[in-house]
Amino acid sequence: MFVLVEMVDTVRIPPWQFERKLNDSIAEELNKKLANKVVYNVGLCICLFDITKLEDAYVFPGDGASHTKVHFRYVVFHPFLDEILIGKIKGCSPEGVHVSLGFFDDILIPPESLQQPAKFMVVALTLVSSDETEQVWVWEYETEEGAHDLYMDTGEEIRFRVVDESFVDTSPTGPSSAEAASSSEEDLSVSQAWAFSPGGPAISPGA
Amino acid sequence: MEVKNASAALLSNYEVYQLLTDLKEQRKESGKNKHSAGQQNLNAITYETLKYISKTPCRNQSPAIVQEFLTAMKSHKLTKAEKLQLLNHRPMTAVEIQLMVEESEERLTEEQIEALLHTVTSILPAGPEDEQSKSTSSDVVMEEEDPA
Repeated sequence: MFVLVEMVDTVRIPPWQFERKLNDSIAEELNKKLANKVVYNVGLCICLFDITKLEDAYVFPGDGASHTKVHFRYVVFHPFLDEILIGKIKGCSPEGVHVSLGFFDDILIPPESLQQPAKFMVVALTLVSSDETEQVWVWEYETEEGAHDLYMDTGEEIRFRVVDESFVDTSPTGPSSAEAASSSEEDLSVSQAWAFSPGGPAISPGA
Repeated sequence: MEVKNASAALLSNYEVYQLLTDLKEQRKESGKNKHSAGQQNLNAITYETLKYISKTPCRNQSPAIVQEFLTAMKSHKLTKAEKLQLLNHRPMTAVEIQLMVEESEERLTEEQIEALLHTVTSILPAGPEDEQSKSTSSDVVMEEEDPA
C-alpha cells in the first residue's frame, strides 16, 4: 500500500529559524510542503521517512534566507496494480460505488466491476414530513432457493482490488486560443473538483 | 522538486504504523506549534492513516514476527508483492489466498494452500477486530474441529 519515494528539493529556511537545528527545520518544511498532498504520478504523500543527504546551504543576495538542496525519502500511499485493499463504502451513485480508506477518498468501483448481476436501486423512504430517496447498488445473488438481494450499504467494509489509477494534472494553463479555452475550462472544473477532494491539491513536478 | 525514484522500496503497514506512532510521540514532546496552518495537513494525514492502520492486524506485529514470517515464506516461492499482501492482511480463508496469490490454482496445491494458511495464522498475531469476534465464534470453531 505504501512506498518509499526518493526526492530532491531545495528547502528555504527563513532567518528567524536559524537558531533551530537545520535537520528539524528542513523536516518541518518538507512536511509542510508535501504531507496530505497528491504529487502527480507519484501518489498521496504521508510523511517524511528520512533525510539522505544535505548539500551546502547558500544565501542569495537580496534574500536573507538559506537555501539547502535536500535528498530525502518520503512515505507515499500508492497501491500497486491488483493489490487487495479493505475500505468503507462511502455511498452509491449511478457512476458506481464510492469507497473511502479514511485518509484517501477518491476510490470508485464502476458498475462493470461489481459482482454481476448488479442493479442500481433508488429506494424511496417517506418520512413524516420529507421524502428521502436512498441510492444503493444491489448484488442479485442467485441460488437454488431464489434470488437474494445483497445491498452495498454505507459504512460497510468492502474488499476490492486496484484495477486502474488516474492522476489529474492541475498545473495552471496559460492563455490559449478561443477554441482551446472551452476544453481547458472543462478540464479546470474537473481538476478543481479533484483539487478540493480530501486527498489535497495536486502539485506538478515543475511547481 | 524532482522525483529521483518513484518506487525505491515497498513499505509494510507495520513499518508505516511504527513510523507514525514515533512521529506522534516526538511531536507531543515538542508540542509548541502543532496547530499552525502548515502542520494541520501533517496532523490530519497522520491521524487518519493511524486510525486506518490500527484497525488492521498490523497493529500487533513486531520486527521479530515479521522476520520470522519472511523466513517461513521462503519455501513457498511467492513474489514480494504477494508476501507483502499476506503480511498486511493476514488471510484466514483459502478464498483470500486465491485473491492475493496470482494463479494460485496452478502454483499451489490444496495442501500447500492449507500449509500457507496455517503458517500465516500461527506466526502473525490476530488483528484487534479478530480478537473481539474470536470470543463469540469460539463455540463454532470447537464444533468444526470435533469431527476431525
